[in-house]
Amino acid sequence: MSNWDILWDERAQFWSGFLSTLEIFGLSIVGAFVIGCSLLYLLEGSRKRLTMPLRIFIDAMRMLPFLILAYLLYYGLPSVGIRLDAWWSGVGALAVYHGAYFAEIFRGSRLTFPPGQIEAAKAHGFTKGKMFFRLILPQVIMQTRPLLGNQLIYALKDTAFLVIITVSELTAAANSLSSTYFIPTEAFIVVIGFYWAISVTMEIIIKQCGRFSAKRGFDNV
Amino acid sequence: MNTSAWQMLLEGAWTTVWISAVSIAIGVVAGLVIALIRLARIPIVDQLLVLYISVARATPLVTLALFIFLSAPDLGLDLNRSVAGILALTLNTTAFNAEIWRSAFRNFSREQSEAAMATGMTPWITFRRIMLPQMVITSLPGLVNEMSFLIKGSPAIAVIGIVDLTRVTNRISAVTYEPLPPILVAGALYMAIIGCLVWLQRLAERRANRLAM
Repeated sequence: MSNWDILWDERAQFWSGFLSTLEIFGLSIVGAFVIGCSLLYLLEGSRKRLTMPLRIFIDAMRMLPFLILAYLLYYGLPSVGIRLDAWWSGVGALAVYHGAYFAEIFRGSRLTFPPGQIEAAKAHGFTKGKMFFRLILPQVIMQTRPLLGNQLIYALKDTAFLVIITVSELTAAANSLSSTYFIPTEAFIVVIGFYWAISVTMEIIIKQCGRFSAKRGFDNV
Repeated sequence: MNTSAWQMLLEGAWTTVWISAVSIAIGVVAGLVIALIRLARIPIVDQLLVLYISVARATPLVTLALFIFLSAPDLGLDLNRSVAGILALTLNTTAFNAEIWRSAFRNFSREQSEAAMATGMTPWITFRRIMLPQMVITSLPGLVNEMSFLIKGSPAIAVIGIVDLTRVTNRISAVTYEPLPPILVAGALYMAIIGCLVWLQRLAERRANRLAM
């Protein structure tokens, strides 16, 4: 039996690892997106005293490795009484970490937002929330599309760090198969292929979003 | 946290710093070499390099480190842990640096290279004396950004057994059963390391601006 046959027989383990990675990735980027948008809203500027701590938080997340945050949630939180299991501390750490990066990307684009639109909206009687949700947010998201795409790929790569805090995802599947059958090269080549396929798919989706955004006129601003 | 815990943390920080520094140094130069090779547009080599860059940018560092460390004996190489870790970090950062250098090449003003050609400079002299100094300065922010990504990704080498700054907190908490303090101190040390990197970048930019580019 060649090595590839062994791997094909064990494809269930690869598939479950792949699904687990996709679950973690999907949940965490949805959470990160929500956190990023909320941080942008909180930074909108009416509450001056909130701006400084939030920016310190975002800068701290950008200066720390992701694994330290995952360690903090998984190994550190039990000391203060909150006991998360590995999967949820992984998803939570990914959501918070990449939420801060999303917020920084959004903030950079928000700084160059044309103030005329905001004044016109206020003149028309838009409330703060409606103005943020219907005017600012869609344009900021569509304009930062390439940077968001890059950040999503970084989030995908960060899911592999969770193997260090014992979450069973794709890299863990490759590791366990390679140690059971002593075929590390083939097992990891398959897994690298999986990661590459996911990232190519995401790039295609981002490009489609670009076509949607051009059709709806977001690129004319 | 007692003295031996602090000592272990500082040793872990040193491991992280020296492995990251070697990978950064090799990665920046190797990225430049790959960008130059891609500029020459050799038919098969170019497609292979594009494939390498695409795969290396999509592969997580943990997977790459495990792959290199576990497959090396199959390929006949006898790698020690640190070499495998440095190789994984270097392969990853070279791909990103190659893209950064390539965009610096594309954005280089054509007037200058045409003027150099008109005055009779060979391509090598043009590159060495005209293009390279300016390209280093314009791509410095991108390169330093990639360096900080490398440092933030360096805990991946803990998975092959190198005791870096993150892994050492596991070791300390195995003895003291108090995981929170070493993790917080490790976080502060990482911020200090990356802060140093950003400060070095500001110094380099200030010196470059004195040349009035």
